[in-house]
Amino acid sequence: MTMNTQPPEHLLHVMHAHQEEHRFISDQAVNSIAEKLKLPRAQVEAVREFYAFFHSKPRGTYDLLFSNCTSCGSPSLMRQLCELLHVTADKTRSDGAVSIGETSCIGMCDHGASLLVNGRPLHSLDGSRIEAIAKLIEAATPVEQWPAEWFEINNHIHRSDLLLKESFTPGAALHAVEAGGADAALEKIRFSDLRGRGGAGFSTAQKWQFCREAAGDTRYVICNADEGEPGTFKDRVLLTSYADAVFEGMALCGRIIGARQGYIYLRAEYRYLLDRLENRLAERREAGLLGEKILGIEGFDFDIEIVVGAGAYICGEESALIESLEEKPGNPRIRPPFPVTHGYMGKPTVVNNVETLAAAAAIVLHGERWFRGAGTWQSRGTKILSVSGDCARPGIYEYPFGVSINDILKDCGAVQVQAVQVGGPSGRLVDPSHFDHHIAFEDLATGGSLMIFHHSRNLLEVIRNFTCFFTHESCGFCTPCRVGTALLKNGMDKVASGHGTAHDLDELKATAALVSRRSHCGLGMTAPNPIRDGLKYFPELFEARLLHQEMEPEFNLDASLEEARQLTHRDDAEAHL
Amino acid sequence: MSKFIKIDGVEVPFEEGQTIMDAALAADIYIPHLCHRPGLSPHGSCKLCTVDVNGRAVSSCTMPASEGMEIENDTPALKKVRKTITQMLFVEGNHLCPSCEKTGDCTLQAVAYHLDMLDGHFPQFYPRREVDASHSSLVIDRDRCIMCELCVRASREIDGKDVFAISGRGTGRHLIVNSPTGKLGDSDIELDDLAAHICPVGAILIKDHGYEVPIGRRTFDLHSVAETDLEEVILKKSAHHDEGEERDPNEGGVYGV
Ligand SMILES: Cc1cc2nc3c(=O)[nH]c(=O)nc-3n(C[C@H](O)[C@H](O)[C@H](O)COP(=O)(O)O)c2cc1C
Ligand code: SF4
Ligand code: SF4
Ligand code: FES
Repeated sequence: MTMNTQPPEHLLHVMHAHQEEHRFISDQAVNSIAEKLKLPRAQVEAVREFYAFFHSKPRGTYDLLFSNCTSCGSPSLMRQLCELLHVTADKTRSDGAVSIGETSCIGMCDHGASLLVNGRPLHSLDGSRIEAIAKLIEAATPVEQWPAEWFEINNHIHRSDLLLKESFTPGAALHAVEAGGADAALEKIRFSDLRGRGGAGFSTAQKWQFCREAAGDTRYVICNADEGEPGTFKDRVLLTSYADAVFEGMALCGRIIGARQGYIYLRAEYRYLLDRLENRLAERREAGLLGEKILGIEGFDFDIEIVVGAGAYICGEESALIESLEEKPGNPRIRPPFPVTHGYMGKPTVVNNVETLAAAAAIVLHGERWFRGAGTWQSRGTKILSVSGDCARPGIYEYPFGVSINDILKDCGAVQVQAVQVGGPSGRLVDPSHFDHHIAFEDLATGGSLMIFHHSRNLLEVIRNFTCFFTHESCGFCTPCRVGTALLKNGMDKVASGHGTAHDLDELKATAALVSRRSHCGLGMTAPNPIRDGLKYFPELFEARLLHQEMEPEFNLDASLEEARQLTHRDDAEAHL
Repeated sequence: MSKFIKIDGVEVPFEEGQTIMDAALAADIYIPHLCHRPGLSPHGSCKLCTVDVNGRAVSSCTMPASEGMEIENDTPALKKVRKTITQMLFVEGNHLCPSCEKTGDCTLQAVAYHLDMLDGHFPQFYPRREVDASHSSLVIDRDRCIMCELCVRASREIDGKDVFAISGRGTGRHLIVNSPTGKLGDSDIELDDLAAHICPVGAILIKDHGYEVPIGRRTFDLHSVAETDLEEVILKKSAHHDEGEERDPNEGGVYGV
């Protein structure tokens, strides 16, 4: 067991530490980091260029990144701060004091407009707080001395059910596994019908079984805590208040598949949770719930390491996540083979969502009947939803599967709803005539995000925002997604600016279909969803913005050829358009 | 006993471990491709080789063949899809074919002809990308790079070096060089390396040997890209393959003749 030998520090962590100190990673720094970690220089450079939070040019001492999510972003507040501080977005002020820019959703959607200041989330922004921030920056007050309550992040849990109701005694699930044996634990999970909570809904027991049966001497468990889907923050809440259930889910998975090492891939936006999580892990090691001989059992060795990402939504895709863990840019791999047979370091690997692991621990503890009793026949148990947008009570709601959109809207206090985005931008845009539909894998599937848009919202702008998100987050590996999402963004820009024609809508439709069908990974396959749903359910939004309302081309090309026909004495069919 | 897949209704034998592309090439069936080259690990990035297997879209260069697959390849629908993907590659970069030294030897151009592509269809992106002329005998014109990573893989897998990599993400992706300065001149690439010759477009060019084969007698002036045994020919850069035998292999950057 090599658990006590310290592995060399992870490239992402070394680069983060360097940037903390120097505000950027220079070309020379790339050279020295490559040398120190014995990696090819190009690999370090490629990593720097891939992740949104690494910079090759100096950032300000105060580096502010405003979320541009429709729920936790506010472009107007960003403009306000830029004006107050005399900063152009994306340009570090000439005195080097401050830089302001945008970033994709930071998962603070239940806390109002938010930003990251030197990597720390600061929420509940409004005009007066922006003014206060500007003053603190001009007075060179260190971020550590800014009002502490600005950084306090509460769990807004408005409805709890199976998972969130239980308080979890550390070790309880592990004892339950050992009482019945690993095989019985796997059977419990199988009979519970637990399906992955990360979006795709693959059978958890089957995934573990595949991994357990795959050939290999070493296996890994990875907890996918990348939670990059705009509007999703339920994993943040689980990691804040239910971390023990998540850790035990990982350990029991390790016990079942025969893995001794687990990794939590934590999105950079949640770095503020790192100390707390590390402390919990240390306490568990102390208590014999992690490390060697867990519960004093010979051969039950399992430890967990946390790797923090650096700003890339694509790293939530499991094979891209594994590439990132391997200190590379997060490009999704070719499949097959799948991670269960060829995952981290080429070894069989289980990648599970935070909520899946917590649910697995609870199932082993409380039994499969407890779990199966809730939900629908194809979607057992409960689903934790992150509800945000235009409603009175944004936050976390745990429901049995099968709950209708209408019920959720009632519970969170949403009125005059124009549309709901279920499952984040990669999910479905739902119009009011479908609000009686249900949250379930067989109806409206979701990784856990529900964004609500009031009648007063410019929904076309929302669709454009989502399209920009994917264009920004495409890894660029494959042609349809790399070029296609850029074309979709340009098309949306054109329509939104009032310069589009009916032809542009046809183009959007055709390009969207091709990108969905021909892309390499789930990002490209789902990137056109907002446009496709928009055109299907809200065509009037697009048509209202067209240059020619009556859907006529700008001029009649055939009529304009009349003179040419006369000159050439032709009037046959070929001479007409 | 052989196993079979069906490509456009034709039974094609395959061996365990072969991809759809492998089986197709062995059976002399052309599936358009840009990022694939037999002998290098499959990549699956260009997506030109997309086919429909039992109704599902897959990349034939990475998908293992398996018994019972019914594959659509040479259909009007897929031709259109591939044409659109090719147009995407054209508008993303700056491809001024008539003035490009690689014209007639360029696989992107040849594929475009094969797919009856007559225009770029989409508005041009006009990217600004850096040229690297620091090497004494090679030049990188990133304007034409299509991110196929053939050079990356050739360097790593055949030349035993690690000269190239792709950096950045989205449309910001670009070719970088693994040297202390990031310049090709400071890398350990040599003119004999496969990586120096494998570029399917005019992004990596041999200096001082432009236009040695006149336009009109270049690879794709004489061959269709759909000839499945063409890979050999394409690699015999700067000399036309019919003339290759008579030429001194060390002269003119001729690869492996
Ligand atoms: C672009 C993209 C982003 C994803 N992001 C996440 C994520 O943040 N968290 C997550 O658990 N799964 C995410 N997934 C799904 C994972 O690839 C994978 O299916 C999931 O982690 C499996 O866990 P589960 O079986 O427990 O759901 C993403 C998929 C794609 C294509
Ligand atoms: S679909 Fe997009 S994100 Fe996925 S591999 Fe292709 S370019 Fe990358
Ligand atoms: S330089 Fe040529 S071979 Fe290399 S990635 Fe670009 S197009 Fe492909
Ligand atoms: S040849 Fe298959 S994706 Fe490029």
